[in-house]
Amino acid sequence: MIFVTVGAQMPFDRLITWVDDWATAHERSDIQAQIGPSDLEPRTLEVLPFLDPQAFRRQMEDATAIVAHAGMGTIITALELGVPILVVPRLGKLDETRNDHQVATAKRLAEDGLVLAAYGEAEFAAQMEVLERQASGERGAARIGAQASHSLLARVREFTVGEG
Amino acid sequence: MSETTPKPPAVQRRRKILAVASGGGHWVQLRRLVPAFEGHEVVYVTINEVYKSDVPGERIYIVNDATRWDRLGSAKLALRILWILLKERPHAVVSTGAAPGCFAIIFGRLLGAKTVWLDSVANIEQMSMSGVMVKRYSQLWLTQWQHLAEADATGDGPEFAGKVF
Repeated sequence: MIFVTVGAQMPFDRLITWVDDWATAHERSDIQAQIGPSDLEPRTLEVLPFLDPQAFRRQMEDATAIVAHAGMGTIITALELGVPILVVPRLGKLDETRNDHQVATAKRLAEDGLVLAAYGEAEFAAQMEVLERQASGERGAARIGAQASHSLLARVREFTVGEG
Repeated sequence: MSETTPKPPAVQRRRKILAVASGGGHWVQLRRLVPAFEGHEVVYVTINEVYKSDVPGERIYIVNDATRWDRLGSAKLALRILWILLKERPHAVVSTGAAPGCFAIIFGRLLGAKTVWLDSVANIEQMSMSGVMVKRYSQLWLTQWQHLAEADATGDGPEFAGKVF
């Protein structure tokens, strides 16, 4: 199952439409999506209701691959679980979010090999093929530990509760 | 006759930390930072009841979120945060953003708490607007990107100590 999520706060119909078109063209019935507060009625995607944090995490854990907006909550959860993730950044100019910060997030994390990223529809379709190869285990996805880096924890601990 | 009892080992004083974040990525990043306070009391503040299940058995306050254009919502949030701080009197206030953390850092500092702002890892090109707003109230003002710490040659910029992953 591929899990698609755009977060709960805002719709991201551009991405949902891309995934739905891809799923329809590839006759895929194993794609479940959280589409946010949207009136869109996808042809092929199965739309899920709102999931609480635990159900959301279980849904991500059960997925072979994730397609999402470039929100850090989703990205970090995918990396914790080691599930491959393809992100499409929301654009400020299309009123998909306040500004273009998701573009920088997607670019940088893709450069670091943590996520796959796509910016246009043709690139999205091509990256879906790469995502499928990652999901089938040909190339493993990145994975991170359960907590912040040791240096960050040490600095914050020393500053807040350190002696003196 | 007095017996000599062995001295107890030096025990670090248990401190109270107020850990504040709005939802989504801010909340996920805050939770990855909380292991820094092991052995101390952490009281959470966030914006949605659904996050209670992430920290079972822990003390948590739910507040409203607000954008900077929502004056009534911001006023309500500010008062609620102030009330929580006066009630809890934390030793330190730590936030990963955004609006609730802003007020918590500002009021927390004015009330004498130690304050730590950790800007979201999503802010790669510059510090967030919330981050800039709380700069002078944050005793520890952190970015998660080394290049943002190095970009400021005046020594007045954010500090880099690592990422939430």
